[in-house]
Amino acid sequence: MRITIDRDRCIGSGQCVMTAPGVFTQDDDALVALVPGQEDGAGDPRVRDVPLACPVQAVTVTED
Amino acid sequence: MTETDISRPAPSAPPFPQDRTCPYQPPEAYTRWRGDRPLTRVTLFDGRPAWLITGHAEGRALLADPRLSSDWGHPVFPVVVRRTEGRGGLAFPLIGVDDPLHARQRRMLIPSFGVKRMNAIRPRLQDLVDRLLDDMLANGPVVDLVSAFALPVPSMAICELLGVPYGDHDFFEECSRDFVGAATSGEADAAFAQLYTYLHGLVAKKQAEPGDGLLDELIARQLEEGGLDHDEVVMIALVLLVAGHETTVNAIALGALTLMQHPEQIDVLLSDPDAVPRAVEELLRFTSVSDYLVRMATEEIEVGGETVRAGDAVLVSITLMNRDATAYQDPDVFDARRNARHHVGFGHGIHQCLGQNLARAELEIALGSLFARIPGLRPAVPLDQVPIKAGHDAQGPIELPVTW
Repeated sequence: MRITIDRDRCIGSGQCVMTAPGVFTQDDDALVALVPGQEDGAGDPRVRDVPLACPVQAVTVTED
Repeated sequence: MTETDISRPAPSAPPFPQDRTCPYQPPEAYTRWRGDRPLTRVTLFDGRPAWLITGHAEGRALLADPRLSSDWGHPVFPVVVRRTEGRGGLAFPLIGVDDPLHARQRRMLIPSFGVKRMNAIRPRLQDLVDRLLDDMLANGPVVDLVSAFALPVPSMAICELLGVPYGDHDFFEECSRDFVGAATSGEADAAFAQLYTYLHGLVAKKQAEPGDGLLDELIARQLEEGGLDHDEVVMIALVLLVAGHETTVNAIALGALTLMQHPEQIDVLLSDPDAVPRAVEELLRFTSVSDYLVRMATEEIEVGGETVRAGDAVLVSITLMNRDATAYQDPDVFDARRNARHHVGFGHGIHQCLGQNLARAELEIALGSLFARIPGLRPAVPLDQVPIKAGHDAQGPIELPVTW
């Protein structure tokens, strides 16, 4: 699984963190970041729901 | 494709918005607009025809579509409430502007409303809620849940976050209430002027004697560095203060009322701490306190077989999107165990609520603690005697007498 984040689009809603908290986090600017070591989605099926949960399409997920 | 021209009003297009009868159910007329089509035609109070988006998927796509504008300052931006008539040209930061200006303003505020910051203030919110519940138990029953609990929680929380002295709360709560609840534009303008003058003075005072709230950070980081001028800081403060008051008070009061009318769901809420966030998301879906959003098309857009033209008024029904049967099974059933994912209680797109994680923290702590401390809580009057806000306002009870 490949996760791409677009911090320029991000509005800091935190929907990604709510949906897949082990994989997504917010940095000190409260913008989207991936949890270190979990950049491949860590096998969490909830990651697939994040692109739809994000209000501004700042996250894309593609299967390898 | 149906060829329709919104500029020729359909004689049958019903008025919008309409008042709810049940505080947490859509008006009877709205339920007839659900069905095969994701949009319908309605008429605003001034006779202007408008599209009302009712479909969940279509509404989400449109709210994320840059061809829909939120520029309140546009000379023909739709007017839905009489009190905002003639406000054209007055740009409200964040809510009333489009990107790139919107993005510049929002970027400055995002760190103050981040998930970690909001989790960090939870212990202080819990203290505040505990104190208010102590007072309620000492003073009741009967108690008005709105003035004793639902209003002070968000009021104290937003004051502390912004760095606005809560000692002045009677004054600005009244201004805020008059500003969003005024019958005429004259009354709304008067309340606005009072609030503006108050915050103008507060920002000046903070420039001389800095504190440690969000406004102080904005002043330090932006005003001093030239990123914002004095007026912009005052207007941002005004928008955040009003938004922090007028939404969450309704979400707490209407959430509590909905739970009291579904006592078996209170047991679900109290079943374990993890049940609370899920129940809150379902309440946000089910109650849709912010009933509709207002936009204007800037280009032609095809939606559900209709052509929305540039300049058309587009209203997005948060209530009907959250009750769309293609998105939620049995959408009119309140089920605290439901996964209400992708609800639009906080909107969608670039304008999705900046304070949503503050609101979640407030709602989870307020409702979780309210029913844990007072398990027998119930309305002191029949449901049809609970006074509620008009259809064009944020939805919720004006007063909610409760007993236990």
